[in-house]
Amino acid sequence: MNTMLRNSQPIYLDYQATTPLDPRVLEAMMPYFTSKFGNPHSRSHAYGWESEEGVEKARAQVGSIIGADEKEVIFTSGATESNNLAIKGVAEFYKDKRDHIVTAVTEHKCVLDTCRHLEQKGFKVTYLPVQQNGLIDLEQLRAAVTDKTSIVSIMAVNNEIGVVQPLKEIGEICHAKGAFFHTDAAQAVGKIDIDVNAMNIDLLSISGHKIYGPKGIGALYVRRRPRVRLVAQINGGGQERGMRSGTLAPALCVGLGEACAIAQKEMPVEAVRLRKLRDRFLTAIKARLPEVFLNGDLDSRIPGNLNISFAYVEGESLMMGIKRLAVSSGSACTSASLEPSYVLRALGVEEEMAHTSLRIGFGRFTTEEEVDIAVEEIVRHVTKLRDMSPLWEMAQAGVDIKSINWAAH
Amino acid sequence: MAYNDKVIDHYEHPRNVGSLDKDSSDVGTGLVGAPACGDVMKLQIKVGADGLIQDAKFKTFGCGSAIASSSLVTEWVKGKTLDEAEKIRNTEIAKHLALPPVKIHCSVLAEDAIKAAIADYRAKSGKDEKVAS
Repeated sequence: MNTMLRNSQPIYLDYQATTPLDPRVLEAMMPYFTSKFGNPHSRSHAYGWESEEGVEKARAQVGSIIGADEKEVIFTSGATESNNLAIKGVAEFYKDKRDHIVTAVTEHKCVLDTCRHLEQKGFKVTYLPVQQNGLIDLEQLRAAVTDKTSIVSIMAVNNEIGVVQPLKEIGEICHAKGAFFHTDAAQAVGKIDIDVNAMNIDLLSISGHKIYGPKGIGALYVRRRPRVRLVAQINGGGQERGMRSGTLAPALCVGLGEACAIAQKEMPVEAVRLRKLRDRFLTAIKARLPEVFLNGDLDSRIPGNLNISFAYVEGESLMMGIKRLAVSSGSACTSASLEPSYVLRALGVEEEMAHTSLRIGFGRFTTEEEVDIAVEEIVRHVTKLRDMSPLWEMAQAGVDIKSINWAAH
Repeated sequence: MAYNDKVIDHYEHPRNVGSLDKDSSDVGTGLVGAPACGDVMKLQIKVGADGLIQDAKFKTFGCGSAIASSSLVTEWVKGKTLDEAEKIRNTEIAKHLALPPVKIHCSVLAEDAIKAAIADYRAKSGKDEKVAS
C-alpha cells in the first residue's frame, strides 16, 4: 500500500472481518482468469488438464497447512458453506443412530443458525456456555457429549475476541464417545499451528478471504481414516467426491492454495511481528487511558486480535470519532438489532460494557506507524467523549452507576 | 452507515457540553436512558426570573445521533419559556437531523430529557414556594 492510498483511506484495522488479497496470491490467480480457462472437470483435452493441475496443486497446499492429505480437502464457496455442509451433512447422515449436536454459544452465526435449523428438523442441540475468558469448560463438554452425539462443532478461534479453544482436548472428548469433531477454523488457519491428526479434528472449515486469499472460496477438510460420511447439500455432477457438486472456480481455488502456502511459510515470523504490534498498542492504550478492559483471554489468543471495552464511551460514537481508523464495534448501534454483541454477553460482559467495545485487528500489512496513529486517535477521542459522558462524570464523582434505577427503553 | 451532515456537525462541534449546579434552585436536571441500552442523556436548564430558559447544558453517553439530538435541543430550548420548551417533539428533532428509522429512539430520548429537566425544575421551585410562604 503506497502512502497516497494510506492518506486518503482509513487505516485498516479490521483483519478479522476480511483481509486484502496478497499481491502474490493475485499473481498466481491471474492466468486462470485468462489463458488457463478450462473446466477442471474436462478430462478430454489439455485445457481441462492444465486447469485441473492448478486446482489439485491448490488442494495439496490447503491440506498441507492443516496437516491433511489433499484427498481430504473439498472446495466450497466459503466457511459459511463449509460449516453448513459439515454440520448438516454429518447430522443428517447419522441421524438414525445419533440425533444430538453439541456447539457453543459464542460460535459464528452460520453455525448457530445451522443448529437452529436442525433443531426445527427434530435434532437435539446443546449450546455450551463459555467461561469469562471465552473458553469452553472441558468438563461441561464431557458431560454434554453422549453416545447419541453425532457431531461437536466448536470454533478454533473466535471472530470477535480471538480466543483459541483447546482443540486437542475437545477432540479427545468427542472421540471417547464416538462423536465427530468439527471446528470452524476460518479465523485460525494461518494464525496458529493446526494439525488435524494431532488435534483429533474430523472436519475443519477454512475461509479464503480471512487469510489474504480471495472472497467466495473456502474449503472443508473431511477425514478419510476413520471415514467421515456426510449428506451432500448441493446435488449435481458429483464433483468433490460427491460431497459438493458444481464446477470449481480454478482461479479462486488457486488463490486459496497460494494463500495457504504463503501463510504456512510466513506464519512463524508473522505471528511474532503481529504480537509485537498488538502488545505495543495495548501497552500504550493502558498507560494513557484508565478503565479500559480487554475482553477474552490474552494468552490463549491469536496475535492479531484485540477486543477492548472503553468504559463510559459508547462504541459507535467512538468509531464516528476515529474515522481515520477502520475497526468494528460490539455496540448495538452498529447492527440493525440494537442488541450488543452476543459473544461479549456470553462472557458475562455487562451490556453497558459491551456497548463500549471495539474490535481491533492487526494483520500482514499493518505497520508500526499505523499502530501509533491508532493509539493517538483512540486516546484523543475516548478522552473527548468521556468529557461528554454523564456516566464518566458520575463515576468520577463516586456515584455507583448500578445504584441508579435506570428506565429501560 | 453514512451520517447526515448536521449529525456530524453536532458530533464534531457539540453545543453546550457541560454541567450546571444540580443543587441550585434555578436549575432543572433531566437524566434519561440506561447504560445497558447504550444511551444516557443528562440535560440541564437554568431558568431566569423572567421564566425564560437562560442556559442549557448536556452530557450524553450514546451514539452520534444521540449526541447530536441532545446538542440540538440545548440550542432550541434557550430563550424559550418552559411551556414552549415542553412542546418540542421528537419528530421535529428527527426531521431536523434526518435521523434514519433505527435512530428515532435517540430523538425520543432527547424529548424525554427536556421534559424531565422541566419537571425537575418545577418540582424544585414548587418546593421553594412552599418554603417561602
